[in-house]
Amino acid sequence: MSNEGVDGNRRRFLTTATSVVGAAGAAAVAWPFLASLKPSARAKALGAPVIADLSTLEPGMRATYLWRGQPIWVVRRTPEMLAGLDKVTGDLVDPDSKVGQQPKYITDKSRALKPEYMVMKGVCTHLGCSPILRTDHPAPEIAANWQGGFFCPCHGSKFDLAGRVYKGVPAPTNIVVPPHRYETDTVVVIGEDPKTA
Amino acid sequence: MAITPNPYKTTGALGWIDDRFPLTKMWKEHLSEYYAPKNFNFWYFFGSLALLVLVNQLLTGIFLTMHYKPGAETAFDSVEYIMRDVPWGNVIRYMHSTGASAFFVVVFLHMFRGLMYGSYQKPRELIWVFGALIFLVLMAEAFCGYVLPWGNMSYWGAAVIINLFGTIPFIGPDLVTWIQGDFVPSDATLNRLFSIHVIALPFVLVGLVVAHILALHEVGSNNPDGVEIKKKKDPATGIPLDGIPFHPYYTVKDMVGVAGFLIIFCAVLFFMPDGGGYFLEAPNFTPASQTNTPEHITPAWYFGTYYAMLRATPSFAGTQIWGVIVMGAAVVILFFVPWLDRSKVKSIRYKGALSKIALTIFAINFVILNYYGLQPPSDTVQLISQIGTILYFAFFLLMPWYSKIDKTKPVPERVTE
Repeated sequence: MSNEGVDGNRRRFLTTATSVVGAAGAAAVAWPFLASLKPSARAKALGAPVIADLSTLEPGMRATYLWRGQPIWVVRRTPEMLAGLDKVTGDLVDPDSKVGQQPKYITDKSRALKPEYMVMKGVCTHLGCSPILRTDHPAPEIAANWQGGFFCPCHGSKFDLAGRVYKGVPAPTNIVVPPHRYETDTVVVIGEDPKTA
Repeated sequence: MAITPNPYKTTGALGWIDDRFPLTKMWKEHLSEYYAPKNFNFWYFFGSLALLVLVNQLLTGIFLTMHYKPGAETAFDSVEYIMRDVPWGNVIRYMHSTGASAFFVVVFLHMFRGLMYGSYQKPRELIWVFGALIFLVLMAEAFCGYVLPWGNMSYWGAAVIINLFGTIPFIGPDLVTWIQGDFVPSDATLNRLFSIHVIALPFVLVGLVVAHILALHEVGSNNPDGVEIKKKKDPATGIPLDGIPFHPYYTVKDMVGVAGFLIIFCAVLFFMPDGGGYFLEAPNFTPASQTNTPEHITPAWYFGTYYAMLRATPSFAGTQIWGVIVMGAAVVILFFVPWLDRSKVKSIRYKGALSKIALTIFAINFVILNYYGLQPPSDTVQLISQIGTILYFAFFLLMPWYSKIDKTKPVPERVTE
């Protein structure tokens, strides 16, 4: 093969074109590997709604359900608990729930379709731990003005009984309220929006 | 420069190999004719000890993998099976779990040695950078391994660490789902962490260790005086006057270190294999539960310092990403140490009071932060962690200033002992 009269431009073009095609090929090969890490069809199928019968839940108590592998809490709030929500407003980051941590059809200050039943994810908005329910109050070791709520043992985040976050803790936002609807007065379907909404 | 096969003209079976593979050459370059400074002290044990622990982890890991079954349904039971039914399985498992903690002890001391004697300064910047990469990979490796028994602490530790990625704006939640392969840490998550723990990261780790040692042997070892021994060579032989061959001198010295290390290691292994609840935590002896977070969740002890920083940083502007950034920056800043230190001398022996005070405060603060990173959250813990975080960063960020104005002592021509 002759080394005479090398066409530099042509060589550069061929090198560039080969590199571009090679990079496109590498990206195409990478795709199946990266996509294989997404939730499988089986994992997605397990995300079906959960039906919860609240008729046996006593006032002031909590029931835990599992939806998409995450704990969903239903707390039956007493009138006294509901009254406590107003007393802590000044200590909260987002007392009016302006940040979209709940479905749009939940507009009540108590963050529930029915104030009596608080439906929420049992997951701290900081790093996903499961907070502890502390209905006892006063509890000065948690907060000076504690009216009952949730305390996260991982990093000390505090929430009231509507899952609203206290100021000055690692968690930035209120606890998530999952989509849910009432089938009857006491049967709630977790994971589905109300049909009329 | 062309490579000449068999430069030492060996004969016989060795010669046959040397004609085809640089066996004698490598032996001489890295061991018998690698000249290390003659004044290595106690602090120079930890490099070889880190290598020893790495071998321990690889060997015990191979045998554990023969009995361990990844998977949310099988992992916990298979670890208990190893502990109860596999002959000597408990010892092999404890060797691996104690080895993980020992790895961090040894690596922390090894890194402290580097800071003390300026072993990252020119021309050893890349050794330090490779070392920092090893530290980073080691942390990832330790995290993945910690999840594998699928105890309750494993599970919630995984949830917390993976959710760190969820703090990234916009893509965070989807990224978490992608990393987990599910909406919560699950079977899919456990299996991929297993794959990363036993295949991907060990490969990377061993490769980085090779690069770390090759870079070291290219420029030669530093020493407690921070004197370049290559500057004073015997004119006849070209061998540094203050250098001694690594083998046999330091191989034998390191064996003393190994003996001392193994006494402590075996004492823990046989008499306190859970490390008083720090090497293996009590909640991890119960199976993972998606609905019950342990009362007090902590990472493994060796992440305490960085965990304290994560907790110390409050959220603002509607996101808690700042804590993650601070924690990440605390590791990333290590990579810049060679360029942050403006001192004319390497070793702490010839640096002035400012550098000595800074390093002392840094070391004490590191231990304090580590302790408070493992305590239950409270306002006091929060405050101490915040002060500690500031001190940690001050050590690095003020280094260009205090290392430059610090009064240094004259460095001797030759090593002093």
